Amino acid sequence: MEEPNLSVEISGFRMKNPLMLASGVLGISIGSLRRVHEAGAGAVVTKSIGYEPRVGYDNPTLVEVHGGYLNAIGLSNPGVKEFCKELSRSKIDDLPLVVSLFGAEPSEFKDMVSMLDGLKIKAYELNLSCPHVKGFGVEVGQDSRAIREIVEAVKEESGKTLFVKLSPNVTDMVKIAKVAEDAGADALTLINTIRAMSIDTETFRPILANKVGGLSGPAIKPIAIRCVYEVSKAVKIPIIGCGGVVDWQDAIEFFLAGAQAVQLGTVIAYRGPDIFEEIKRGIRNYLITKGRKSVREIVGLAHDF
Amino acid sequence: MTSNRPRIVRLVDVKDESSTVRTMTFRDDLCSKAKPGQFIMVWIPGVDEIPMSISVIKEDLAGLTVREVGEASKTLFDIKAGGTIGIRGPYGNGFTPIIGKVMIIGAGTGLAPLMPLTEILAERSASIDMIIGGKTIDEFVFVDRAKRALFKTKSRLVTTTEDGSHGIRGLATDAILPILREKSTDIIYTCGPELMMRKVFSIAQESGVPVQASLERVMKCGIGICGSCCIGKYRACKDGPVFDSPKLEEVKDEFGAFRRDHSGRIIKLSTN
Repeated sequence: MEEPNLSVEISGFRMKNPLMLASGVLGISIGSLRRVHEAGAGAVVTKSIGYEPRVGYDNPTLVEVHGGYLNAIGLSNPGVKEFCKELSRSKIDDLPLVVSLFGAEPSEFKDMVSMLDGLKIKAYELNLSCPHVKGFGVEVGQDSRAIREIVEAVKEESGKTLFVKLSPNVTDMVKIAKVAEDAGADALTLINTIRAMSIDTETFRPILANKVGGLSGPAIKPIAIRCVYEVSKAVKIPIIGCGGVVDWQDAIEFFLAGAQAVQLGTVIAYRGPDIFEEIKRGIRNYLITKGRKSVREIVGLAHDF
Repeated sequence: MTSNRPRIVRLVDVKDESSTVRTMTFRDDLCSKAKPGQFIMVWIPGVDEIPMSISVIKEDLAGLTVREVGEASKTLFDIKAGGTIGIRGPYGNGFTPIIGKVMIIGAGTGLAPLMPLTEILAERSASIDMIIGGKTIDEFVFVDRAKRALFKTKSRLVTTTEDGSHGIRGLATDAILPILREKSTDIIYTCGPELMMRKVFSIAQESGVPVQASLERVMKCGIGICGSCCIGKYRACKDGPVFDSPKLEEVKDEFGAFRRDHSGRIIKLSTN
């Protein structure tokens, strides 16, 4: 049996394997991102970067619930100027680096991309889906016109591969996905976290300082699988699955639903960065068992039924 | 399954260590089993949640030591016995106690994680040289507790103040070399201002003595996913907070040089 091919190419962006580090996790320093890459990630996505520095919300910014975590970090980031310095300071040529961006206006995205584009980053992911920051994220991500203008503005400024990360907190995700595709997105990342809340029974208080946060982890995986399945049927561009992957079976499920790659985030809280190697091995063995030569061969197989 | 949620605990006792430092104790089984050097995330409802070293580790009691500096620590400082806080953890790796000839060097509330370590080491009849440093006598904490612990073993306690108001005039790090020259030392444990720890590390490297240093960084999640406490490729909350010499060597460009603020921006550590 020949070694199955784990590499994938998403609209010109090549990865040695289909596992990516999801945005928001360990993504503020190149040192952390490099470590995750060395642990086996095919690509790494930075924490979302905005135009101005943001300290984010007060703590508690994270709390565990059954089946996952709630977080409301609040898009903390050093701002694009500082982040460019971080990138320039480090050697990143060999790093399959995707920079995640958030903003309120098309012009903001355009300015950030013009500052970043000369650096050796491989792709962008637009975070049009953060569930808990007013004026950004999902508030932008459910507005078809805003999505169109932002995606067009970024495509006009840069020739790099562009992923758009969408939220499940919308009425019609397929419609939003098509808008992003029409506007020029090269791929879609589905899904961001889901608006959720947790209350402490002793003190009667919502635990997160921001009260509402985003739910991630195994609890949201079936929702993510459904989103990937529905959207991949409706669009032609590749889908990157994200939401609750903790083992190789989860990753396979995303491929079968129609994803060409998957992102891992919360599982790092459970298992640390070494989980990448383990899931990669599981995918390889699965492909051998099923007599498949590549990940590509199993993408969307669930659509046949 | 959901261990990373705040547990509400009642403060059993609140004790003044100095005019600005208090030790607060509570009952919590997990913290009573903590390793010295581990930390907890302390939730002051409605205010903040902050990482704090566990400074008391006893069979039926655990505790933390707070200096009133920021909004959260001021509010925490004023909570009386009988009041409640939320805690989650213990988190992090903690110190690895050895049996042998050890040096412990700390200053200010940096001594908090070193105190339960000192007590454990003293029980194991190690030989201990302890250096406690401070700016002035008024800032000294834990000296009596250190004496009580060290009484049980072959030990020496050296205190230093910058103004000479207690012990030797000078910096805590000035006291290291005379001790190292006088006797062999198997390991140095340290916690305190980062520039002090950096100096401890440099002296120890030159003398060929391994170090375990407990580092402080901005911590939000405490469980190794948010990335705010990154130093080099490590996460202070999960891979640390205690770094041994090989790891300190790996992060030497950052250790004692800069940290990151809540946004992730780099803040240079001042040498003044």
